Amino acid sequence: MARDDDGDEDFVTFGTALEPLEDDEPLRKPIPLHEQTVKDEKGRYQRFHGAFTGGFSAGYFNTVGSKEGWTPSTFVSSRQQKADKHHARPEDFMDEEDFGEHGIAPRQITTSLEFSSSRRDEAAERAKAVGAQAALIPGDTLLEELISPAKSSIGVELLRRMGWREGQGVGPRVKRKPRRQQQAEGGTKAYGCMLPPAGSEDSEDEYEEFAPDNVTFAPKDVTPVDFSPRLGVQGLGYRGLDPGLALLGRGADEHIDLFRPQSESRSRLFGDARSSVRRGGVAGQAFGVGALEDDDEDVYHRDSMSRYDTVLGGEEPGDGLFGWTAPQQYTKKKDKSKDASYLGKILEGFTLAQNPPEEKVIFPPPALPSNYRPVHRFRPQVDVSRLSGVSPALAQALKTSRGHMIKEDPQQEGRHQLDSGQRRTMLGEDALKGPSSVMDLLRPEDRQRLLNLRNSTNPTTCTPVSTDKSQVAKQDLLVGVAPPPSGLQQQQKVLAAWRGSNASTQTFKPFEKTPSKQARYDLYLDRLRQGDTDALEQSLDQTMTEWERSREREEFVRASVLYRPSSSSLSSRFTSAKHKEDEDSVEVNRDEEGDVDDKQNAVKMKMFGKLTRETFEWHPDKLLCKRFNVPDPHPGSGVVGLPKVKRDKFSVFNFLSVMESREMAAPPKPPESGKKSRWDVSQQETKGTSEDPQSAAQTQPETKSDHSSDPGLPASSSRGTSAASRTQEKLADLQSSEKKTAGDEEEQQEEDEEQEEEESRPSMDLFKAIFASSSDEKSSSSSEESNDEEDRKDKEEGKTDLQPANLFTITTSSVTTSSVTTSSVTTSSVTASSVTTSSVTTSSVTTSSVTTSSAITSNSHTGAASYQKSAQEELEFGPKLPPPSTPADRGGAAQICSQSREEFSRKKEKKHKSRKQNKHKKDKKKKKCKKHKHKQEKKSKKDESDSSEDMDKDDDDDDQVSTAELLKRLKNIQSHRTR
Amino acid sequence: MAFPQPKPQAPQLPQHLLRTIDCQQGAVRAVRFNADGNYVLSCGSDKSLKLWSVSQGTFLKTYSGHGYEVLDADGSYDNSQICSCSSDKSVILWDVATGQVTRKLRGHAGKVNCVQFNEEATVILSGSIDGTVRCWDTRSRRFEPIQVLDEARDSISSLKVAQHELLTGSVDGRVRRYDLRMGQLHVDFVNSPITCVCFSQDGQCTLSSSLDSTVRLLDKSTGEMLGEFTGHKMKGYKLDCCLSSKDTHVLSCSEDGFVYCWDLVEVCSPLCFKVLNTRLINTFVMVSSRNECLVSHTLGGRKPRCFRIRKFKSAGGESSFRRQVLESYFLIFGHLASDWITTT
Repeated sequence: MARDDDGDEDFVTFGTALEPLEDDEPLRKPIPLHEQTVKDEKGRYQRFHGAFTGGFSAGYFNTVGSKEGWTPSTFVSSRQQKADKHHARPEDFMDEEDFGEHGIAPRQITTSLEFSSSRRDEAAERAKAVGAQAALIPGDTLLEELISPAKSSIGVELLRRMGWREGQGVGPRVKRKPRRQQQAEGGTKAYGCMLPPAGSEDSEDEYEEFAPDNVTFAPKDVTPVDFSPRLGVQGLGYRGLDPGLALLGRGADEHIDLFRPQSESRSRLFGDARSSVRRGGVAGQAFGVGALEDDDEDVYHRDSMSRYDTVLGGEEPGDGLFGWTAPQQYTKKKDKSKDASYLGKILEGFTLAQNPPEEKVIFPPPALPSNYRPVHRFRPQVDVSRLSGVSPALAQALKTSRGHMIKEDPQQEGRHQLDSGQRRTMLGEDALKGPSSVMDLLRPEDRQRLLNLRNSTNPTTCTPVSTDKSQVAKQDLLVGVAPPPSGLQQQQKVLAAWRGSNASTQTFKPFEKTPSKQARYDLYLDRLRQGDTDALEQSLDQTMTEWERSREREEFVRASVLYRPSSSSLSSRFTSAKHKEDEDSVEVNRDEEGDVDDKQNAVKMKMFGKLTRETFEWHPDKLLCKRFNVPDPHPGSGVVGLPKVKRDKFSVFNFLSVMESREMAAPPKPPESGKKSRWDVSQQETKGTSEDPQSAAQTQPETKSDHSSDPGLPASSSRGTSAASRTQEKLADLQSSEKKTAGDEEEQQEEDEEQEEEESRPSMDLFKAIFASSSDEKSSSSSEESNDEEDRKDKEEGKTDLQPANLFTITTSSVTTSSVTTSSVTTSSVTASSVTTSSVTTSSVTTSSVTTSSAITSNSHTGAASYQKSAQEELEFGPKLPPPSTPADRGGAAQICSQSREEFSRKKEKKHKSRKQNKHKKDKKKKKCKKHKHKQEKKSKKDESDSSEDMDKDDDDDDQVSTAELLKRLKNIQSHRTR
Repeated sequence: MAFPQPKPQAPQLPQHLLRTIDCQQGAVRAVRFNADGNYVLSCGSDKSLKLWSVSQGTFLKTYSGHGYEVLDADGSYDNSQICSCSSDKSVILWDVATGQVTRKLRGHAGKVNCVQFNEEATVILSGSIDGTVRCWDTRSRRFEPIQVLDEARDSISSLKVAQHELLTGSVDGRVRRYDLRMGQLHVDFVNSPITCVCFSQDGQCTLSSSLDSTVRLLDKSTGEMLGEFTGHKMKGYKLDCCLSSKDTHVLSCSEDGFVYCWDLVEVCSPLCFKVLNTRLINTFVMVSSRNECLVSHTLGGRKPRCFRIRKFKSAGGESSFRRQVLESYFLIFGHLASDWITTT
């Protein structure tokens, strides 16, 4: 520390000091020459070459070379690294000593010039001067001087700009009076922690009274009170022994804290000078007054209670609602002007606002209309019609830039846009008799000559408007042929281009808004295609004036050049864009997924099935179907994957699918009867193989037979319901209903269901409520209009239907029993027969397979009685999933149905479904048969080998354990659990 | 009840380890039976695919050509071709006999998780982390897929093909079933990333395991849940599940090193058998259709050294794992426990 240096430490010593000579010591022998060695810093010997020959040895053995020779080790052949240029720095040529402390490029930390700032605040200087005076050692502030920031911070700069000076406090300028009052108040309000008595305040106040009224003063620079919690166990006001105070009579931090120059000395300088400089000695309340202490103060200092407030909420500043810990708005001033003055000096060019800024009324944003497109199109206000006579290309460009082709009323066009014929018709005049122009009076050859002449000069002598407007067209022309072709050349070129071109190809219609003109142009093009050489003249309206005709002629030629059919070689290279950039629509999957939240809830409640299942129409690739040996399910549809639908690209509602579905909340649609668990029905697959109107044609005969055979039976009734639902939803989904044909109700229903699902996903509570109302609700789903007799009949038939099936299971073979079953099926219901007959056409195996499938599903039943029992149980504990309908949806008829009837209809429906699904099952049956066979094989094999056979045998006909039975059991267990 | 409850049976677990095969190809990513269950394909993380004989446990052939670890493989019905997929985004069709690459199909944007032949090996279906299933034609020389099924919103983790149906499980928590015959796509929402899907052997149900440590048996046609199998641990790894060949049991790997085995009907308590006495993870269980074999393998740490295939044989006689399971092989690909423990 600089404080306690002896003076020695100001010096730096170099080299080794000589040993002090002792008198009695004999003189040393001089060191022989060979022992006088010189070592460098690292202890290596250095040979001395003599003072005149360069001092010590350098380099490599006094050579300029290195150990490797003359090439320095850093040499790199430039053959490999050409670009890598080595930039030599000055340091490369320096010795190590140069980097040392006293070298020319020291690498140690030294005080740089930056830190010895020339600009130094006078206050600090003064403070330092005073501080140095007061300090124990005069060179007290040495370190502060050494280390001081070069620049002041931006905050300080800003404050200075606003009129702040160093040493002042920050805040509004105040008059003295209120401040004193504040202090007075502060004096009374000592609650616990005593503020340090501001001794200097008094002296200041004394002459403050003479201060004029209009003079304001900067606030005092006070360090804010920091409320540090009391950690000690001593009482209030205790001040422990400060060793610094005790020993030196000064605050301990005074000389230790070198880095706080403004702390003590500054405050002292600005009026906080101590009233009395304490000398040494131990002071503090814990010790009383020491012997050396001469000021005989109040030794046993006691806090008098008068210094404390004894009344809560006495004379509080402000409204006295809160204490001094009150929030700012209560304790502080209320007048805004004072707040404004807080800003300090108002910057140049600004004045304080008299009135507070008006509160802005924030209006809510307008509700978006449903067709709102958050994209702005710039539509330059160019009157296209005005220019249309000039250049069709430009007009077209302008038109497209306007976004849409605007059909303009010819009436709104300017007067000059109409030709004489149009004007005539508008005025209701008759056509003029006689020649319409001077040209008609001329002889034909003269006319031709004139025409040639005019045409030859035409491109160059365009009207000024057209020259600058039709630059695009012109450039196009110039690209095509380097010299600007004359009118005739152009016509010939056009003729060559258009001759023989296909008329069916879509040609651009440049004169779309004047139909008569367009018609003339079309005529002209037609003639061109036919190879007519004077197509132009023929197609023009002879009744028009010559000037109009010439203008139109020019336009037609130009347009035909511009929009001539692209040559085959060119057109083969380019394909028209599949997706137009500026198209407003975007492809979106037609069937959107339903609400995920509902599904999540369903998963949480473990209600898989209807709620979590979604079915979409999906179009496999034709080749994929071929490879899978499967007929194309949607023949003729060019779609692959999920069908897409074009939607407005920028519509907000694309992204608000949830909102949409909520909006159109409709009562939950019952699932169609075809979609049922196979756990309560023998078969479950829906028969609908036809999705498209195209494919509907194929399935038409089948469904038709259905129609004709029994209009009153469930199939038709289900159709009725579907029709009803369709009418309900016609408003909702027009497009989907458009697509559908009347033939495929299954599909219709399914799709309706899908649509319904996505449109109106009811809340889980609704589902729960439906579930709670259990199975009768469910059975009402069938909602069939058929009468009871039919139902009863059906029921009986169902019994008879199943008994042969049971028989069948016992025998498991196919051919003989199949006929039995088919017969039974046919007797049971006409619809089934129709189905089977229709399927017979496909293959002869079908009938047998139908029966086998039904057998499989019912083979686990041991008899009719057991079947009934199980059937009843199934009725009770059927699928737990949402009932197929709500009464509101399907009409009241289903509700009125009696319980028994519902059961019957349910059963019937089941049967009906199974019938329907038989058809679909066909493909699987073959496999099933195989499987059975296979199983038997296996069984026989295992019989031979396995020792545990008997054990398994006594397991209830475990050999026969089919997967269906297992699943059935599983289902039973499940229903048990749900009970 | 229409049916008497099945008698409670004693825990029937496979007890005999038939064989352990040390396949020496790093971590084994998948092990698959061929169509008849006589051969086993092991997909190694050393970019190789190896073919083993089950009966002898002998090594037959190595198929190398992948650029990164092989993730899945499948053999064609006639054993003439193998398809495999890899992290190098490619699907390779191999000729079994020569071991040559017949076709290398690129097109996926990310690593390909699963691959499957269709029934006649005319189409290769591959599911990738890019969320698409690509249908590659093996008959033509086209290098573009026939169709790209991009309905999934996240990685396809598992893929199975039945006759005309394609079942995919995706990390977006949905099981999708593409019915080519009907031209329909059925989406079942499970709300947890699917790790494995498979059809039941009768083709009426789908089994899906998901990362909420649940295996669910769903009705194929309606999507209703027929069974829920819990008890195992499947939180973060793509572990497999399957049904036994007679649909009597549900098997699933677990992150605790066990293979859990539930009776399909009596869901109540899983029977689990330990594959290795470590915390290894079984990533794959497979029951071959004919042989009632079960392959599982364990996934090792970073540098596993020793890999084995173990073959379990269920005890015949007194406690059998169903009667048909006369010979049930349980093959476990994995490495020695001690090694793994030391490396971790």
